[in-house]
Amino acid sequence: MDFIQSTDYSQFVSMLPELIVLGIFVIVLLADLFAGDTKKSFLTPMTAVLFLLGTVAIWIVPASGESIFGGMYVNDTMTNAVKAILNIGAFIVILQSAKWVDREDVVIRKAEFFELMLVTLFGMYLMVSARHFLLFIIGLETASLPLAAMVAFEKRHYESHEAAIKYILTAVFSSAILMVGLSFVYAFSTGSLYFDDLARVIQSGEMSGLLIAAIAFVIAGIGFKLSLVPFHLWTADVYQGAPTAVTSYLSVVSKGAAAVTFFVIFTTCFGGVYSDCWEWMMYAVIIATITIGNLFAIRQKNMKRFMAFSSISQAGYIMLGAMAADGRGLASMIFYIFVYIVSNLGAFAVISTIESSTGKLSMDDYNGLHKTNPWLSFTMTLAMFSLAGIPPFAGFFSKILIFTSVTGTGSMALYMLVLIALINTIISLYYYLLVVKAIWISPEEPKIGAFRSDNWSRLALWICVAGIVFFGIVPFIYQYCVDSVSASAGMLGLLN
Amino acid sequence: MEITLPILILAIPVCMFLLLGIGGVYMPRKVAGVLGILGMGTTMTLAYIVAFTYFFSGNPEFIIDGVRQQFQVFDVTWLAFTERLVVNLGFILDPISAMMLIVITTISFMVHLYSWGYMEHEPGFQRYYAFLSLFSFSMLGLVVATNIFQMYIFWELVGVSSYLLIGFFYKLPSAVSASKKAFIVTRFADLGFLIGILLLSFYTDTFNFISMTSNPEAVLSSTGGATFMGASVLTWAMVLIYVGGMGKSAMMPLHIWLPDAMEGPTPVSALIHAATMVVAGVYLVARMFPVYCVVDDSLTFVTVVGAITAFYAAVVACAQIDIKRVLAFSTISQIAFMMVSLGCAYDQPVEGVHYSGLGYMAGMFHLFTHAMFKALLFLGAGALIHAVHSNDYTKMGGLRKYMPITHWTFLIGCLAIAGIWPFAGFFSKDEMLAAMFSRHWFWGAWMTMVAGLTAFYMFRLYYLIFWWEENPDYKHHKPHDAPWQMSLPLIILAAVSCVAGFIPFGEFVTWNGEPYHIHIELPVAATSLIVAICAIGLATVMYRQRNEWPTRVKNMCPGLWMAAHRRFYWDEIYMFITHKIIFGGICTAIAWFDRHVIDGMMNAFAWVTQKVSYSIRGMQSGQVQAYVVWYFLGAALLAAVTWICLL
Repeated sequence: MDFIQSTDYSQFVSMLPELIVLGIFVIVLLADLFAGDTKKSFLTPMTAVLFLLGTVAIWIVPASGESIFGGMYVNDTMTNAVKAILNIGAFIVILQSAKWVDREDVVIRKAEFFELMLVTLFGMYLMVSARHFLLFIIGLETASLPLAAMVAFEKRHYESHEAAIKYILTAVFSSAILMVGLSFVYAFSTGSLYFDDLARVIQSGEMSGLLIAAIAFVIAGIGFKLSLVPFHLWTADVYQGAPTAVTSYLSVVSKGAAAVTFFVIFTTCFGGVYSDCWEWMMYAVIIATITIGNLFAIRQKNMKRFMAFSSISQAGYIMLGAMAADGRGLASMIFYIFVYIVSNLGAFAVISTIESSTGKLSMDDYNGLHKTNPWLSFTMTLAMFSLAGIPPFAGFFSKILIFTSVTGTGSMALYMLVLIALINTIISLYYYLLVVKAIWISPEEPKIGAFRSDNWSRLALWICVAGIVFFGIVPFIYQYCVDSVSASAGMLGLLN
Repeated sequence: MEITLPILILAIPVCMFLLLGIGGVYMPRKVAGVLGILGMGTTMTLAYIVAFTYFFSGNPEFIIDGVRQQFQVFDVTWLAFTERLVVNLGFILDPISAMMLIVITTISFMVHLYSWGYMEHEPGFQRYYAFLSLFSFSMLGLVVATNIFQMYIFWELVGVSSYLLIGFFYKLPSAVSASKKAFIVTRFADLGFLIGILLLSFYTDTFNFISMTSNPEAVLSSTGGATFMGASVLTWAMVLIYVGGMGKSAMMPLHIWLPDAMEGPTPVSALIHAATMVVAGVYLVARMFPVYCVVDDSLTFVTVVGAITAFYAAVVACAQIDIKRVLAFSTISQIAFMMVSLGCAYDQPVEGVHYSGLGYMAGMFHLFTHAMFKALLFLGAGALIHAVHSNDYTKMGGLRKYMPITHWTFLIGCLAIAGIWPFAGFFSKDEMLAAMFSRHWFWGAWMTMVAGLTAFYMFRLYYLIFWWEENPDYKHHKPHDAPWQMSLPLIILAAVSCVAGFIPFGEFVTWNGEPYHIHIELPVAATSLIVAICAIGLATVMYRQRNEWPTRVKNMCPGLWMAAHRRFYWDEIYMFITHKIIFGGICTAIAWFDRHVIDGMMNAFAWVTQKVSYSIRGMQSGQVQAYVVWYFLGAALLAAVTWICLL
């Protein structure tokens, strides 16, 4: 598999999703440069529409199913499905940021925000499609570094700077650890960074300390992006300090890409030592993630910080799909991510609307919200119910599907894991309902007056509400996840 | 068959529900009423087209060599929880579902039209039409279910809409408690249904009706002869499923909700509690009939429960003074009639298994005719209540001069239910009795007696309302026939009740799809006709004019009359069991356990969670150096522990 010899530029056609995002990026960049207008009010609609068209294109153009550049990069139905789903998340984030980017001190840098976002999305695409550690690292870094700039986007806010510094320092450190891990991998697979080569070596070889260290460090490296415990400590501070649009982007899209990448790496490369080694590491990490995320979430009063811990524990649930380590696990993981995107963004859309209109962020400010803003209250309640997994909302179905995919393996230890996860859903129910209680039951006079949210946010809210209500009870969405995984299962070597 | 029409049959009512439910408050009542009626009219037309296509097109999807087929118009995977637990949604077309489509949409349309006049001055008119649409949607979904789980979902939806409509006058305490009672009793029965479904599908590995009923022997063998408490598991499953049917169809001892459900608006009683929802239990047994046949204990259970209920309800109906209650008990009795007929549809196995489809066909035939004439009677009762403003027959009497349309249509309804030739009830009842006699003479004789009672109490009601003695109040307030929206459905349904008996029903609906040629069993027909005429004669003597006979009969056996009047104290028995034994005895202990042990555990759990949450707060110090240390320690620990454990 000599990379240089097999290069053929027609292969770029298979990179359609990446090319689309890159194209939009260039258009936004040029539009920003050449439009003299300082307000640039056309930028948001233009980006949103282009982005929507791109998403549709990714969705409807069939995947080539090829692995190109000597097998470094694949484009199959699964990666396309994941990219389209990430796009939907990013699209909702664009909608909900529309009001904020038009704020007086942000508006001149408006295009930059979209550009940075598109670049990170490009990096995530590479991560999902990578079948070679080098490409994976490039994708990871492309997805990480611009995010630091996005976190620091509120130039005049000291918290935003602090968050960015914390983010970049931890990111750099985690990259370093990941690199160390990958250098071990390189040594172990005797000079190749292809996923397939490593898988072959692991299947034939013995367990060794080197491999264990490599796996632990790769878990740590990706665990940083997923904010798994104990690699999660940056999460709360960064989520709190970052602009709300960036926080919501971080909490869903970035995590979704990392989770799928994790699954691909660990089932293809390290699949041979699943039960010997990383099953137990992830077992511990998932329990810690769900539990500690929950324990911290209980005590939070700031909504963004609260959502940070909630998203930590949700990441633990997402990673349950990796424990199943089969096609079903991946399908229910993708479905979970999809549902999580609409539920979490629904909550964030409410938080950001309220923040941009009134500047209020504390849970106490939400007391009696239903008297002044019934529709926002309704959306927030649905989002909380869905995140907590109450039927008939989508979150219930995503949880039950991911649980059944894990118990379907029939292992007793995994049954215990699901049991622990179930107990944790009770704790999570408590804190999610705290928000609902504040909104509907607290007798105090509402602190937030009635206001009309902008049309962009309303659209975002409607999309989220529709997703929360219908994703569970409409059958073909989960079926779509299953089909896209099984169509590319041969490539992942899963269903055999 | 195209799937557009079937989809529309379900989609129109549910869209109408959403439209009227959400937008109803913004539209005038006229608009809401017209929308509801138009929506239901369209649905009815579509249902007729689908049913007629099914019966008459001769398409090989529907009929092969004269045998009607079960056809799934569509059946899509809805929820695939695991590989085994898959719930589908679909639309089945077979003789009984096509027949039910006609019955439901016809009666529903009549009731929509009728309500326009009846509910004209009630507040919440739009809400009423929204609920009617919801009910129609749920009931249609129930009958076209391709699998038992889908049926269960719609079964519950039907229960909810029934609850909403019984409690429509939510300011009336009696209506509220009646709606609660109906919901709780049927829900309790549905628990049995659910357990039955789970048992059955656990062994058969499917929810689908066709795969269960097309091969009942496989269902029988799938349990591998497992038994529980002396009965086979399959018997348990089928009896438990039947318990669900008992709840909805008001079989003893779960019948107590139906008389109280008469607190709802009268058109609702006609639609839900006479013609459609209450026959869901019969429909369920018919749907699962081949499976019931291989488990003959459960079919015997169906027969016995039905026979007891039919007699009990007929006796009670003779001693009620509220006209709607009389009709309610009459409904219970007639549904039980259908149940017995289904139970008798199965012969003793002579050589292997041998079915006789007569009882099945007759039960379905009676379901059809009964829906028509019982809806007619209820709507007639509604017209009377509308005119006199009371449910009580003592406030009526001599109304035949004032309300001729109501009088004649009501009389046709009474003749039909009494089983007088040539009205609809005669034919279906004759077939049912013939089936019962062929099963065992006892069932035939018993049910002939019930048929006689039916004729007696219906004509007692008829004479007390329209003859007897004129109420002096009419001088101040002259009763008159209802407006055309209400009279028209009465006339249509009366016409149907006159001719429905001549439909060659056996050509359309039989248990296995093969046509059955109906012929009148002369001895049976003559017996039942003579019994009915004698009963009517007795009623004529006793109630045609004011006289002393009724009081004299009452005084002959005051205890019996009082017991029948109080419905043999079933409500009191339930009150005693629930309040004294369950609430007072068992629940007190459980409440103590809940308050002290369960809550204590939960509080301890919450307390520990809070404490731990508090104690680990130091981890989140805000200092990035500390974060990195945790990060590195975590990674290193992960590697180290695994290394120690594995190597």
